[in-house]
Amino acid sequence: MTPVSLIEGTAAPFGQPNVDTDVIMPKRFLKTVTRAGLADGVFADLRFQADGSEAPDFILNRPDYRGAQILVVGDNFGCGSSREHAVWGLAQLGVKVLLGTTFAGIFFDNCRRNGLLAVTLDSATRDALLARVADPAQAQLTVDLPLQEIRAPGLRAGFDIEPARKQDLLTGADPIAQTLTHAESIRRFEAEAFAAAPWRRIVVG
Amino acid sequence: MTAPRTLYRKLVDAHTVQRLSDDEVLLGIDLHIMNEYTSPQAFSGLADSQRPVWRPGAHLAVVSHVNATRRNGPGDDDAALLIRTLEDNCRTHGIACYSLKDARQGIEHVVVPEQGLARPGMAIACGDSHTTTYGAFGALGFGIGTSEVEHVLATQTLVYTPLKDFRIVIDGPLPLGVTAKDLAIRAVAEVRAGGANGYAVEFAGAAIEALDIAGRMTVCNMAVELGARAALMAPNQAVTDFLKGKPQAPTGAEWDAARAAWQGLASDPDAIFDREIVIDAATIAPQVTWGTSPDQAVAVGGTVPDPATEPTPARRAAAERSLAYMGLAAGQPVAEIAIDRAFIGSCTNSRIEDLRAAAAVLRGRHVSANVAAVVVPGSNLVRKAAEAEGLDKVFRDAGFEWRPAAGCSMCLAMNDDVAKPGERLASSTNRNFEGRQGQGARTHLMSPAMVAAAAVAGRLADVRNFPPLS
Ligand code: SF4
Repeated sequence: MTPVSLIEGTAAPFGQPNVDTDVIMPKRFLKTVTRAGLADGVFADLRFQADGSEAPDFILNRPDYRGAQILVVGDNFGCGSSREHAVWGLAQLGVKVLLGTTFAGIFFDNCRRNGLLAVTLDSATRDALLARVADPAQAQLTVDLPLQEIRAPGLRAGFDIEPARKQDLLTGADPIAQTLTHAESIRRFEAEAFAAAPWRRIVVG
Repeated sequence: MTAPRTLYRKLVDAHTVQRLSDDEVLLGIDLHIMNEYTSPQAFSGLADSQRPVWRPGAHLAVVSHVNATRRNGPGDDDAALLIRTLEDNCRTHGIACYSLKDARQGIEHVVVPEQGLARPGMAIACGDSHTTTYGAFGALGFGIGTSEVEHVLATQTLVYTPLKDFRIVIDGPLPLGVTAKDLAIRAVAEVRAGGANGYAVEFAGAAIEALDIAGRMTVCNMAVELGARAALMAPNQAVTDFLKGKPQAPTGAEWDAARAAWQGLASDPDAIFDREIVIDAATIAPQVTWGTSPDQAVAVGGTVPDPATEPTPARRAAAERSLAYMGLAAGQPVAEIAIDRAFIGSCTNSRIEDLRAAAAVLRGRHVSANVAAVVVPGSNLVRKAAEAEGLDKVFRDAGFEWRPAAGCSMCLAMNDDVAKPGERLASSTNRNFEGRQGQGARTHLMSPAMVAAAAVAGRLADVRNFPPLS
């Protein structure tokens, strides 16, 4: 995973609530056995018209917001299906930061595993950012993970992040390698758990 | 004396390998389930890093999503590749795989309970959000992404942030004609989509206690739509009765020990929940959704709500957008909405009990001429059981198409079962998202019996007006 630190770039307003992963990555892009080639799938039903041409009104197609690395999003972003393809696609499209209030749990974890910084803000701060970046002249933001703040001319807003998630993002951690350093504990745990509760030991037939 | 704990806490504690930081634990996973479309990249990750599977017996792969249920096979080359890749990966690593020729194949969350593999006190993960279903058995079930699928394969654990505790009490008995699905939709409407983000939800109360196992699964399945990462119900006698004798359930002395241990598995009486709501079951009527989020629901006797009554501008805009997508107007009576398709299926409502409930409405009646109606059994075992009872004939006689194979089918339309733009569906599934059942397709969620009633009426209809005819 690529480490994340300081992101400077255009932020696009995308404030509708409950944007689900079916909308972020429609199912026709899921019939793949690799992670590659998913940038075209992102918001495909909103981004493209029936004939395949770009939908001119869609926010990421407007000249001011094309290539935005930061999205300011609505409540409960990423709800629905667990498909990590949604996060792979966003990252491949060049999105590095999501500024929102609440994210669906699986999506949130998927972001962390792919170096996509999902920032949870209070509604007032998020709403102010939405209003601000709706003006293309004010859409340039800096998101500083080490200092945990969002900056722009006349703006400085701090954010909270769980220390472990911050660390993973900053270092581009390999969580499987980290977990395997606990292999001994896992073995001990399994032996104890199965002795106490044999019905938890599954051998699928 | 230890402090009183919720059922959720007890399950997390019993699966904690070790604490990793203030807010994270390493969580041991007892059973891991995979499907064909969220696992291939996890296996290639393993191959790239040359890591073995930690404990192959603890995994089950089921082909669920891409099966073309008109004929039991891959609908196209991409689907064939997904199926073949799953089979190959499982063979390489010695993992059980119920592929299309297996008599046990079906939708993963229908298949696993059928085999007796979801048991009280277990931790179950799967690369699918509706893994919350296993809460019906008092198991901690939750959905994960593909990176975490790889993590479980390689370590049999997950890095896990414990959730907060939320209890939803459904007080009193459900009124006649009101089902688990109505209860589930009502709970989602009450808490709202995402309202339980960050929480594990425990369902309790007399209405929950009275549910059969299929109903318990329906409610826990839908809990993810309110954002709950885990749903739980304390296991009761019905759970034990259900598991007894299932093909892969414990037997002999192990069964006796298991049954004894399951009995005490519940939240302590004075355990503290971070949040709690109580819904009076008597106020729940058959529900239908009108929008593009599962929380946009009303009683079938109601009207499409006016976006102007939404409390915030963002929600008003969302409601307006939903109405535009759905082609509906504020104030329209729900029972006047005409449908083009009826779909009975999905991990929410495709079990034998669901099919019986729909068949009870259809016996002696016929689907409206304007409606294309389909039923896809949740598994091959459900299909066989239904055929043995003659339910397939009831559906066919009523004008439903009875599918000869099992799978997700038009729940997410990843196979060849796709609704056309603008078509309106009565559907027993769990998600009414834009494009979910086909680009531009308009989904109304409801119980399977309500889908049957809508199919007969040709429009959304109150199932209580369709009493059994024989
Ligand atoms: S039936 Fe629908 S919700 Fe359930 S696993 Fe299949 S696609 Fe997902």
